[in-house]
Amino acid sequence: MRILDFDYMLGLVPILLRYLPLTLQMAAAGMALALVLSCGLAVIRVLRIPGLNAATMLFISFFRGTPLLVQLFLFYYGLPQVLAFLTQINGITATIMGLTLHFSAYMAESIRAAIVGVDRSQTEAALSIGMTNSQLMRRIVLPQATRVAVPTLMNYFIDMIKATSLAFTLGVTELMGATQKEAAGSFLYFEAFITVAVMYWIIVELLAWFQRWLEGRLNRAYRR
Amino acid sequence: MIRIANLVKRFGDNTVLDGIDLEIEQGEIIVVIGPSGTGKSTLLRCINFLERPDAGRLVIGDLDVDVTRASRADILAARRRTAFVFQNYALFAHKTALENIAEGLIVVNRWSKAKAHARAREILQRIGLADRADAYPASLSGGQQQRVGIGRAMAAQAEVILFDEPTSSLDPEWVEEVLALMKQLARERQTMLVVTHEMSFARDVADRVVFMEGGRIVEQGPPSQLFNAPRDPRTQDFLRKILGGQPSAAVS
Repeated sequence: MRILDFDYMLGLVPILLRYLPLTLQMAAAGMALALVLSCGLAVIRVLRIPGLNAATMLFISFFRGTPLLVQLFLFYYGLPQVLAFLTQINGITATIMGLTLHFSAYMAESIRAAIVGVDRSQTEAALSIGMTNSQLMRRIVLPQATRVAVPTLMNYFIDMIKATSLAFTLGVTELMGATQKEAAGSFLYFEAFITVAVMYWIIVELLAWFQRWLEGRLNRAYRR
Repeated sequence: MIRIANLVKRFGDNTVLDGIDLEIEQGEIIVVIGPSGTGKSTLLRCINFLERPDAGRLVIGDLDVDVTRASRADILAARRRTAFVFQNYALFAHKTALENIAEGLIVVNRWSKAKAHARAREILQRIGLADRADAYPASLSGGQQQRVGIGRAMAAQAEVILFDEPTSSLDPEWVEEVLALMKQLARERQTMLVVTHEMSFARDVADRVVFMEGGRIVEQGPPSQLFNAPRDPRTQDFLRKILGGQPSAAVS
């Protein structure tokens, strides 16, 4: 048993902070793309578009049924061997791609459930006054589905931020990769990893605070 | 004017509407009565194309469609010429009372927000809810929600407002205020087709009462005739059950 090297930990923080933007950028890009993709997949599932529906179910099944790490290795190390144009793919791109596909599979199902959950009678009411299907979606269904989906989607975003740490296995020096390098230089593994753990923790707590604020706002219409 | 000719609706093997013929003059108030499960609600839902009828012809104002050939445009046109009041109100939960009423004007009629909100305020005034304009449905009583539901239908300026058992899911304490609003509309000669179990409303307000059973119109006439001297044994039977043995009590 030895005493923690607090000076080392404090000194490590500014070094690691330089890599924080890359971590957050990968998560933000992954989330933005996953939102677009998952909305598309959810709409295909809700409308049961022939052909596409089956393909979407297969996609969701595969990306939920295999580990994210396996998917990242498949994109980064595996695919370039079969698809020549992917030889240029870098670790960051592969990570964003993996995060997007993996998380959109989960998010599509949450969004689908939120859309289906909007009270059927409101759909009829909107149709009864002569709204078209797209007006119905835009004005009535999606705003209410958003409120239901936001808490879950925020949880996936938090998960995604933590999952960016897997990028270090593709040689990307983000928050986790940088910590790994620092620790290897100083041999103070415990100090290094507890520091980065606390950093992830703080980021997630900040987001959780934002999530509560957002949910409060979205629920305004439902308070008695 | 509304004309419904030989309207048929089946659910699988079950024929719910078995050739309905009905004409509604402008400003006429028609109340449809009859036992549960005889297609009264389905009739309203078919006029609004919430259910797709299997056969028949529908004339609503200047629109004339053979329902089996109704295009998407015909369906929208029919819906824009009719308005619907739902048993469970079906207000848009994420919109205020004012926004619920203005929504159709903005989205369907493409009015400016300011103009639509001004009209919605007039309607809130008429339905006695001017002070609840910014309340969300969750904070309104059942009676207030249904009045907003009627307000939303009023905003559509439809040829006819279809009322599908508008007081059936209300607690008894709220029924009166909703019926009072419907009577007010009737006095303004708003064309109405009302499915209800409120026999006193039928007696006091209707120009014509239609008795349906088994997917057909069995008998129709002015309330005095239908309640006092029903001709068909099925009508007599129904009225005896619902009015406790003395049909004439409804009009006395």
